[in-house]
Order: sequence, then C-alpha cells, then structure tokens
Amino acid sequence: MQITSPRFKQNAREALADPQLQKAMGNVRGGFIDKRQAAIDALPEFDALRDNARAIKDHTLANLDLYLEAYEAKVRAAGGFVHWAETAEDARNVILDICRAAGARTVTKGKSMITEEIGLNEFFEKNGVSPVETDLGEYIIQLRGEHPSHIIAPAVHLNKEQVEEDFRRVHDHLPAARDLSEPEALLGEARRVLRAKYFDADVGITGANFLVAETGSSIIVTNEGNGDLTQILPKVHIVLASLEKIVPTLEDAAQILRVLARSATGQDMSVYTTVSTGPRRPGDPDGPEEYHVVLLDNGRSSMLGTEFQDMLRCIRCGACMNHCPVYHEIGGHAYGWVYPGPMGAVLTPALIGVDKAGHLPNASTFCGRCESVCPMRIPLPKMMRHWREREFERGLNPATARGGLKFWAFFAKRPRLYRLATSMAVPVLSLLGGRKGRFRSLPLAGGWTKYRDLPAPESRTFMQQWHGRETSKQETGGKQGAAR
Amino acid sequence: MNGREVILGKVRKSLGGGHNDAARLAAIEARLARPPKGVIPERGQLDDKARRRLFIAMAEKVSASVKQVKSYDDVPKAVAEYLRSRNLPAAIRIGNDRRLVKLPWTSQRALEIKHGPSDGDDEAGVSHAFGAIAESGTLVLTSGGDNPTTINFLPEHHIVVVDAKDVAGDMESVLSRLRRKYGKGEMPRTLNFITGPSRSGDIEQKLLLGAHGPRALHVILVGG
Repeated sequence: MQITSPRFKQNAREALADPQLQKAMGNVRGGFIDKRQAAIDALPEFDALRDNARAIKDHTLANLDLYLEAYEAKVRAAGGFVHWAETAEDARNVILDICRAAGARTVTKGKSMITEEIGLNEFFEKNGVSPVETDLGEYIIQLRGEHPSHIIAPAVHLNKEQVEEDFRRVHDHLPAARDLSEPEALLGEARRVLRAKYFDADVGITGANFLVAETGSSIIVTNEGNGDLTQILPKVHIVLASLEKIVPTLEDAAQILRVLARSATGQDMSVYTTVSTGPRRPGDPDGPEEYHVVLLDNGRSSMLGTEFQDMLRCIRCGACMNHCPVYHEIGGHAYGWVYPGPMGAVLTPALIGVDKAGHLPNASTFCGRCESVCPMRIPLPKMMRHWREREFERGLNPATARGGLKFWAFFAKRPRLYRLATSMAVPVLSLLGGRKGRFRSLPLAGGWTKYRDLPAPESRTFMQQWHGRETSKQETGGKQGAAR
Repeated sequence: MNGREVILGKVRKSLGGGHNDAARLAAIEARLARPPKGVIPERGQLDDKARRRLFIAMAEKVSASVKQVKSYDDVPKAVAEYLRSRNLPAAIRIGNDRRLVKLPWTSQRALEIKHGPSDGDDEAGVSHAFGAIAESGTLVLTSGGDNPTTINFLPEHHIVVVDAKDVAGDMESVLSRLRRKYGKGEMPRTLNFITGPSRSGDIEQKLLLGAHGPRALHVILVGG
C-alpha cells in the first residue's frame, strides 16, 4: 500500500472538504462512544480489569522471548507449523509458498490489519493468487480498491449509496432492477455472493487477537462469523500475527477479552470468540488439514525496551480513534497508512519511520481522551510527545518551527528574562488585540492563523495573576485551598 | 541464520539479554502451570437458579431466543416447534453427540434428520454445547464428530442444546472444566464462544443480524 503519511496536511484538507466523508463520520461520533460508555457503566470491575490487562501484557512483554518459545512448542505439539518472519517481505514470501504448495488460486481472508501492514493483497494479485476479503466492510473496500479507514470498522468512511453503487457495478450477474436501497438488502447480497467463495477457497487466512502460550492456540474475535468460515472450510488455515499478540494463558485472554469488546463496540462479548489449536484431529469431520502460524516482527522487537514499548500492549479495539476529535474530522485515510487515529500516530512512525510519519504525532491537541479510554492504559499522548522530540532531535521539522522553538527556549531557560519579556509583551499584545481580543493574522504565524484566530492575552501575565491570587487567598484565610 | 534466531535474538537484546535467567524461566513456567484467575466480575457469581436466569437474560439481550425444557426427552418437540414457528422445513442437521442422537426424535414424525458436518445447504442445525456463561449470555462449543464446527456457522438457524448444570457464572469456570476434560494445556481443534446470532455494523454502523453466520440462534436449556 502506498504510504501517503508525508502529505498528511494535504490529505486532511481534502478530507475536511469531502461531503460524503463528513456525512459518514457522523456515524462514528454518534454510535461508538455511547455504546462503550453503557457497557462500561454496567460492569463495576471494568477499571480493575484494565489494570490487570495492562499487568498481563507488561509481564508478557518482559518475558516475550520465553513465551514465544513456549507458544511455538505447543503449536508444533498440536501438529501446526510456526514460521518466523522478520520483515513484511519475509511474511509475504512464506505465505505465498504455503499457498503455492497447496495449489491455491483463491484465498479467503478474515479481517486482519497485519495483512494490510504487509500489503498481502497486492502481492497475491501480482503472483496469480486471488484474495477475497470476507468481512463485510473489508469486502466493500476491496471492491473499491481502497484500504480500511478504521481498524475495526474498515468501511466507516462510506455511505450506503456508495456501497449500492459498488455492488451494482461488481455483481453485474444479478438483476439490475433489484432493490438495494436498504442496508439489509446490501448485507443479504454480500452474504450470498461470499458464501460461494468460502467453498471455492483453497486457503483461508486470518489474523489473531491473541496467541496463547499455554495451549499453542490462536484466538480471533468477530461479529459476522466470516473469520470462522474462512478458517474451517479451506484445507489450509494460515494465521498471520505479530509477536506481541502473545498472552500466557487462556485465563489471561479471558481477562483482556472483557475489556476488548466493551471498548471496541460496547458489547460484553463479541458474537464469535474462536480458539483454534492445530489442524483437524483424527475423527474430526471438518476443519483445516494444515495449520500454519506466521509470526511477524516487522519492527516490534525494536520497540521493546524503548519508550514505545507500552504501545505493544495495544489490542486494536479502536476506542482511541472513536474518541479522537482529530480522527472525527478527517477520518482514517488521511493518516496515510494502515493504522489511523492516536494508536496510528504512535505506531506508524515506529513501523515506517518518523521521517515519513512525523505529521501524525503532531496532529494532536493532546486532549488526552485516547489515553482515558484506552483499555490497556497506553499513554498515547506521552508517546506522541516522544515522537515530536525525536523529530526535533533529527532536525525533521521545518526551519521556521525549529527557529521559533529555539527562540522560545532561549527565554524559557532564563526565567527572569522570560518574565521580563512577557510582562512587557503581554500588555502590548493585549492592546493590539483590540476590543475583539483576537488576532486574525500574525506575522510568522500565518499557517496557524489561516484557520483560526489567535486569542489575545489578557492584560497581565500568568505569573502576575498567580501572585495576585496567592495574595488574596492569604487575605481570605486560604479557604479556597480546601475546596478540592 | 533463520528468522527464528534473528527475531528471538533481537527480542532478547531489546529486553537487555538474560536468556538463561533461571528466575525468569521459573516465573513463566509457574504461570503456565497455575494460571492466575485475575478479576472475576461479581455479575455471574450467583446461586444455580439466579445464574441460569442471568444466562437467559443475557442471551436474550444479544438477540438469541431461549426455550427452557424439563428434560432431554422434551428436546425433539422443542426443536420441531421452533422450526414450525419460523416456517422452516422440518429438517435438521446434527453430529454424533450421543446426548442428541439418542433422543426420541421419532416422536416428531415429519422431522428429517441429517447427520455429519454441514454442507452449507441446511436451514437448521442442532448442536450440543459444552457449557454456557451466564455473565455474558455465551454458549461454549467444542469441535469434533459429536458437534461439527460447520453446524455452528453454515445453517441459517442454529439451535443449541445446553444442560442447565453446565451454565457457569464466568468464562474462567468453563476453562477449568475444559482442562479437566482435555488435559492441561490441551485443547480441541476449535473452541467456539458464541454470544448471539451473527451480525454486522459495517454499513453506516447500523447493526444487522445474519451477516455470514446464522441469522438466528435458539437455545434449548435443559433442566434446572
């Protein structure tokens, strides 16, 4: 997939001017937030579960090498294969080899962001294998030649009229006069078309929400049941999962499952939580004859032991983007690669480089909603700040921004001078701001004032006001101090 | 060097070395041997009767339908009634589960019974659950000849028989029972936790039932 993160600003401008997108994004602002809150209000233990979920992942990451080895041994004992892929290219090649060995022409796919990360569909098409996305949202965007704009609701940027148009274009064997005006009709048609594909496929590929070291199992969580049909009907099942999906035991998975569905869609449990272990057993009448796991690193091992390690706790629920005011306005495609929203703003620079993705951690007001809803308590704003620091250290910001920061830092590091300068500048700016108290444009800050006004400062500096408050508090006996 | 060694080497380097750290190894072996239970929500920690009531309420909340019957002998009639009420053909698909096979199906004369995995043409399939979870209204099914996994997903209507004795308060209790049945660290090929019928919200976030799996999930709770 082509990376457009470097042109984030242009992407965002186009997104803001796109009426179809703006209409569709209304569905995010409404649905997800209220449903999540209702599910959490009904579970008094939610925060205790979050704490435990974080502890489980921290423990696992601190012992990741050992858990990976334990997991691999159990997969093999159950008759499965484990393939280790250091890079996206390694993973693509391993998967293609397995498909070729199975003589596969058609491959069905359950929803998997990691297959997006390694660009699997494009690679398959170049190599004569036809991939079929089976998740309804993924199917729709595959028909459109697009990529997901949300990690759990890939087609959230579309309206039903757009989907109808695509179905009429692609399902041209069906009667033209059929009624597709309602979502029910669209779903029914996709169900019928995809049913046949499940049976045609030689290989089924799914992601994994968890890999369980105790049993060598992979776990997928879905609502549609497409992941299950993808993995039980073809003769080969391939699981593609990144290293950090490991949890020690089934109990650990059960803990995290309780926060996953609630944070994602506001469900207590997703409809289908499926634990798969090895290929079909003697006497099993169904299920795949071969079971392969492709373990992908692709940069994760380098995040361990750094200030970005906490990001590896992420369980891909999407709560951070559902609550992000920036995501709400621009949707997922503007972020320019696989992972959008706050989790993408942290993960994308780690995976494709801060030189390409530097705009993403800057596209945040640090309002902190993402961290406050994250079930794994990942400090997303803090990590975006780390990326900003790295970007600055490597000299990737524009010269004006760097010059401005240096200018500010010169004063900030000299408090007396800073106070003197601000105490002179504030009254002047306050006066220049005039009756409206705002600037419509400022020299050297044209980029900022192009989209909004800068409020003029009040007549006194913060320090002056603070001194004033302290003095008056002492006079009133400090009663205010006890109020909170 | 192969991918395995490269990746494990990088992980160890990032973690600060210490592969032969006996303490670390002992800690993970202890955790794998005796999984800590974690936080178990109060919601499902109820006496038998209240727990079954909660299971029914939670299953109905996620759009499953539930029928309680006194004994296994009442199951064929409950199945036939369900099919009639939905205007479905009098035919079902079942596996080899003895608890299902030995039922008095002949009492429902018109009912056609097909055995084995589903081929995708079945309107209704009947499975026997390993257990159920009251906390979330979830059914737990295991793969194998007794209850082929395809029956859980291909028929339009999935009817699941569950013994009231097997309704647990929480997922952890079911996991303990699984270990007792299959052995520690061992699993059936597929373990399905099913919470309501299939659904999708992918078109304009409007939730619709019957995406790729069954459009309807009907639970027959036996006993209790």
